[in-house]
Amino acid sequence: MADFAWPWQYNFPPFFTIQPNLETRKKQLEAWCALVLDYHRQNKSYSVDVTEIQSAPLFCNKKLDRKLSIEGIYMVLEELRKQGHIEWKDPKTKKQGLLMWRTPEEWGKLIYSWVSSKSMQNSVCTLYELSEGEDSEGTEFHGLEKWLLLRALQTLQDQGKAEVINFDGNEGVKFF
Amino acid sequence: MDRLEWSDTNLVPGEEQVNLQPGIAVYDGQDKTCFENGVLTLTTHRVIWKDNRDRTRVLTLQHSLVVYIEEQPSGFAKSAKIAVHVSAPGPNKKPGPVTQSRYDYIRFSFREAGEGQFFRDYNEQLQQKKWEHVIPQRKPGASRHRAGIMGIERTIQQTHANTDKNISQAFQDLTKLMEKAKEMVAISKSIATKIKDKQGDVTDDETIKFKSYLLSMGIPNPVTRDTHGSGDKYYTELARQLSNVLEKPLKECGGIMTLTDVYCRVNRARGMELLSPEDLLNACEMFELLRLPVRLKTFDSGVMVLQLQSHDEDQVIHLTTQLVEDKGSITAEDLSKEVGVSVILAKERLLLTEKVGGVCRDECVEGLRFYPNLFLTKVTCIT
Repeated sequence: MADFAWPWQYNFPPFFTIQPNLETRKKQLEAWCALVLDYHRQNKSYSVDVTEIQSAPLFCNKKLDRKLSIEGIYMVLEELRKQGHIEWKDPKTKKQGLLMWRTPEEWGKLIYSWVSSKSMQNSVCTLYELSEGEDSEGTEFHGLEKWLLLRALQTLQDQGKAEVINFDGNEGVKFF
Repeated sequence: MDRLEWSDTNLVPGEEQVNLQPGIAVYDGQDKTCFENGVLTLTTHRVIWKDNRDRTRVLTLQHSLVVYIEEQPSGFAKSAKIAVHVSAPGPNKKPGPVTQSRYDYIRFSFREAGEGQFFRDYNEQLQQKKWEHVIPQRKPGASRHRAGIMGIERTIQQTHANTDKNISQAFQDLTKLMEKAKEMVAISKSIATKIKDKQGDVTDDETIKFKSYLLSMGIPNPVTRDTHGSGDKYYTELARQLSNVLEKPLKECGGIMTLTDVYCRVNRARGMELLSPEDLLNACEMFELLRLPVRLKTFDSGVMVLQLQSHDEDQVIHLTTQLVEDKGSITAEDLSKEVGVSVILAKERLLLTEKVGGVCRDECVEGLRFYPNLFLTKVTCIT
């Protein structure tokens, strides 16, 4: 994490106190959301565990001796959920969440443009090929978790740009 | 029999036990009684009969009531007895088992012998009259050992009595002080009227001097319920006076003062005619209606202050923002030192500034600090 570029807010003590002033709080939450997404993008992490994340460097600045309270964390995560970046696996307890620092639509677009550039329309490829295959190395969706990949493809299917097919337990996709 | 009293077996101070004989029945003159089997104790002050079965049935006969005693020897199927001839009961006799008796003597029947020694001891005690040597009561406050709950209760009662006395004494002093103070106020009033009327040979210089003395003493003619009645008129007049008196101090301390401070200052100045918090508050609420230069303001936190109407909040916010920017970060204490206002007011200033977005807060274990609101001012470089 040494190379992670922390935003200036991270070293600004008030960042770790939820601001009572609504206007200020809005800006603060915006900054937090951006930071959370950036942080996870850097780590290529697609899930949030609230218990774990509390003490992670993300919410806990050891240098300043400040950490965001659990209420604050939930406020940030709730904000992210509203933006469609988080889905709770357990909506009642809200301990585990799926984090999408790109929404499925965005991923879908990304994948489709890559497919187009490779002129792979009208061909079928497996999901494994897409996310783990040699061809996709160097692309952003390389290493994308399967559930998210499926979601992304689902959006493409809804737009009529692809079709997810299932043959003998192997899942594949055909792009149009 | 009617001379007997209900009692307990506790000995009074100075009382000593002399003889003790079990198996005693009590006779009212010639008649048997229900007090058939008990322990008879002879002390220096009295005889105590205690029931063998029911330990709470305790009778006592004071030696002071005894005229003389005689021995009645035992006979066939008859135990030896001691007949105690008694005088009429005194007025402060405690309740006993019977209120009236035909006989002027009581007999103790010794069913387990021992009457000889008891009779001799009894006579000896009657002659010695030790019950008359009352041990002087120790002064209250000196510690005394008393056994049992009774003792504790008595001690508590005594403490109560002492406290009561102390309180009434203290209030007596206070009343005296009030009387003196009233005189003082009367004097100051008379001086005030004299100055007003320019009576006597008081020069202008002296008048000014006197006036300044009076001012330092307080408000010369406080508005009171006596002078201005009750209700609205009282409050309006009070509001006017408050506004007059407070305008200068308010200016001196930066245009704003907490209501508690105001309360203290006003009452100090009024001397005898103290204001109740309600009256002060009611009067302060009139300021706006009367268009006086002083206004009552309640902060979001509930803190109430008086401020001059000319007091400019925008300027305060601007100054506070500026100060926080210069200092980097600031606590309410820092600000109070910096601008010379109370900590409460300093905090209110910061909260006010926060409300308009001038500063932002950092809450941590060390307390509440305020920082320049970089969230709003600094351009976000995160994408």
